[in-house]
Amino acid sequence: MENNEKHHIVSYRSYFVILLLLLLFTFISIAITQIELGSYNVAGALLLATIKSGLVLYFFMHLKFDKPYLKLMVGFVMAVFIAVIVITFFDYYYR
Amino acid sequence: MSQVIHHDEHYDPEGSKIGMWLFIFTELLLFGGLFIVYSVYRYLNQDAFHLAAEELNTTVGAINTVILLISSMTIAMSTTALQKKQKATTIVLLEITFMLALVFLINKYFEWGIKFDHGIFPGSEYMKEEMSQGEILFFGLYFVMTGLHALHIIVGMVIMGFALARIKNGTVHENRPSLLENAGLYWHLVDLIWIFLFPLFYLIH
Repeated sequence: MENNEKHHIVSYRSYFVILLLLLLFTFISIAITQIELGSYNVAGALLLATIKSGLVLYFFMHLKFDKPYLKLMVGFVMAVFIAVIVITFFDYYYR
Repeated sequence: MSQVIHHDEHYDPEGSKIGMWLFIFTELLLFGGLFIVYSVYRYLNQDAFHLAAEELNTTVGAINTVILLISSMTIAMSTTALQKKQKATTIVLLEITFMLALVFLINKYFEWGIKFDHGIFPGSEYMKEEMSQGEILFFGLYFVMTGLHALHIIVGMVIMGFALARIKNGTVHENRPSLLENAGLYWHLVDLIWIFLFPLFYLIH
């Protein structure tokens, strides 16, 4: 009974490391948006936000230890979202 | 073994996790829709969005980001504590998370309050007279998106309250952790949304 519901216990320490990484990326994104880089500011800030959200999804939300079908479903939702963004911007660029 | 199983106590951790994730997907697409609206309006009103974003206080935004990130860690740690059968630690970590959520809301209250004092709120005369269409759109989106996010913070606190009560009375424990795990998933979603709201509104000029 104990073994068929095996739960992976994540250590306090690894959660703390993830927090440090998230804070580091936050401060980097604040730093790079203080300097004027034009459209690279937007790209850089969004790239760092995407990395941060990956860390939250993978470690805090336990996707790392979840079954493959759940990862697939999350990936599918992301893909739908990206597709909608791409299609919307194609529409606005070529209008 | 069969004598300890009560048939009325249906418990399906896998099922409740899938249910929570399906709900999270709908939330992601709800905010995703708003992000698309934001990016299209930004594309159409680049100068106005640039100007309006400078009104927002990056420091307050950054403090709230740090608060939310720490609270995400503490609720994740409380799941670990529950699995390790450290009931007292679980409760303390969850209470810390709750307090951090409250501090986030208090910051938001003062932040919005200052905007209101400057005459910046949906439908204000000052905005109609002094601001361009693009700036009004920026602040409209700012209030709707951070407001909807703050609503999610409040809902998250209610869920944490339920989880706290049920950990204390013993119905949520190391063999039935689903309520706490789902509260955690929901709280991480709130964090996830803020991770994008912060650069879009406060950082990008």
